[in-house]
Amino acid sequence: MDAQTYLLSFILVAALATFLTRALPFVLFSRHSDHPLLEFLGRYLPPVLMVLLVVYAMRDALLSGQDLLPSLLALGVVVGLQLWLRNALISIGGGTALYMLLVQGVIALPG
Amino acid sequence: MNLSGSVSAFRLSLPVLFGYIPLGIAFGVLFSDLGYHWLWAVAMGLIIFAGAAQFLAVGLIANHAGLFEVGVAIFLLNARHMVYGLSLINRLGLRGWRRWYLIFALTDETYSLLTLLEQRAPALRDRLQVRVAALNHLYWVLGCGLGAWLGTTLDLPTEGAEFALPALFMVLVVEQYRALRRPLPFLVGLAIAALAMLLHPDQMLLISVLLAVAVLLLVRGGEKWTHRRIF
Repeated sequence: MDAQTYLLSFILVAALATFLTRALPFVLFSRHSDHPLLEFLGRYLPPVLMVLLVVYAMRDALLSGQDLLPSLLALGVVVGLQLWLRNALISIGGGTALYMLLVQGVIALPG
Repeated sequence: MNLSGSVSAFRLSLPVLFGYIPLGIAFGVLFSDLGYHWLWAVAMGLIIFAGAAQFLAVGLIANHAGLFEVGVAIFLLNARHMVYGLSLINRLGLRGWRRWYLIFALTDETYSLLTLLEQRAPALRDRLQVRVAALNHLYWVLGCGLGAWLGTTLDLPTEGAEFALPALFMVLVVEQYRALRRPLPFLVGLAIAALAMLLHPDQMLLISVLLAVAVLLLVRGGEKWTHRRIF
C-alpha cells in the first residue's frame, strides 16, 4: 500500500469508528425513546457531563500545575460574569481574554 | 433563509470558533510534519471531525499503525460520544439527513451547545441545532486547513485562546445549575472527574463518562427502590 492509499484508508476507518460511537445509541435505542430510564439519563447526564468536560479541558493545568493559577482565576471570572450578566459571549470572552493576558505575560501575577 | 436564526446560531457558536480555530491549527501544524499535502488535513477535519481522535491519528499515521488497530483505538477514544447520544435520543426533533448530520457532527462542543437549546421552541430549536453543528464543523475544517497549510511558519499571538473551550463548558455548568437548582449531580460529577484523573489521566474522559453512567444507573435504581428522590 503506498502512502496516499494508506492515508485514505486510514481516514475512512477513523471516520467510520468516530461515526459509530456517535450513531450507535440512536440506532440501538430509538425504539425505546420513551423509556423512563432514558428520560432520567437525558435529564441528569448533561449536568454531570459538563462538569467532567470542564475538568477534562483543564487537565493539563491540573496535572502539571503549569498555568493553574491563571486557569482558576479565569474560570472564576467566567462564573462570576455568567451569574451576573448571563451573557455567554461576555463570560467566555472575558475569561479567555484574561487567561490570554496572563499566560502571555501581558499581566504578571505577583509571586 | 431566516437571517435572525443564522445570527443567533452564529452567536451561539462563537465560543467554539475561538476554541476550534487555534485547536484546529495546532492539529494542522502537527499534521504538516508528516509531509502530506495540506488538503489531507482538510479532508480529515471534514469527514472525521473529532479533535482528540485526530491528534491521536497523527501519531498512528507516523507509526504506520495497522488499520484494525486504528479503528479500535479511535472507537475507544470516542466511546464517550455514545453517552452524548444516549442523553439526546428524545431531544432531536429532526428526521432524515439533517438528523444524521447532527449525529455525525456530535463533538463535545456541539453536544454542549445542543443541551443549551433545549428551552427553545421546537421549530426554532431544530433549525438552530443544524446551523450550530454546521458552523462548528466549518470552524474546525478551517482551523485544520490553516494549520497544515501554513505549517510551522505560523506565529500568531493566539497562545491561550483555547481557553474558550473550558470557559464554554463552565458557562454551561452554570446554566445547567440554573435549570436544575440541585447541587448533588454537580458534586457527583466533580468527584467522578477527580477519581478518573487519579486512576488514569490519559483516559480520564472515557473513564469518567462511563463512571457517570454507572453512578446514574445506581441513583436511578436507588430512587426506585426507596421511592425517594436522591438527585
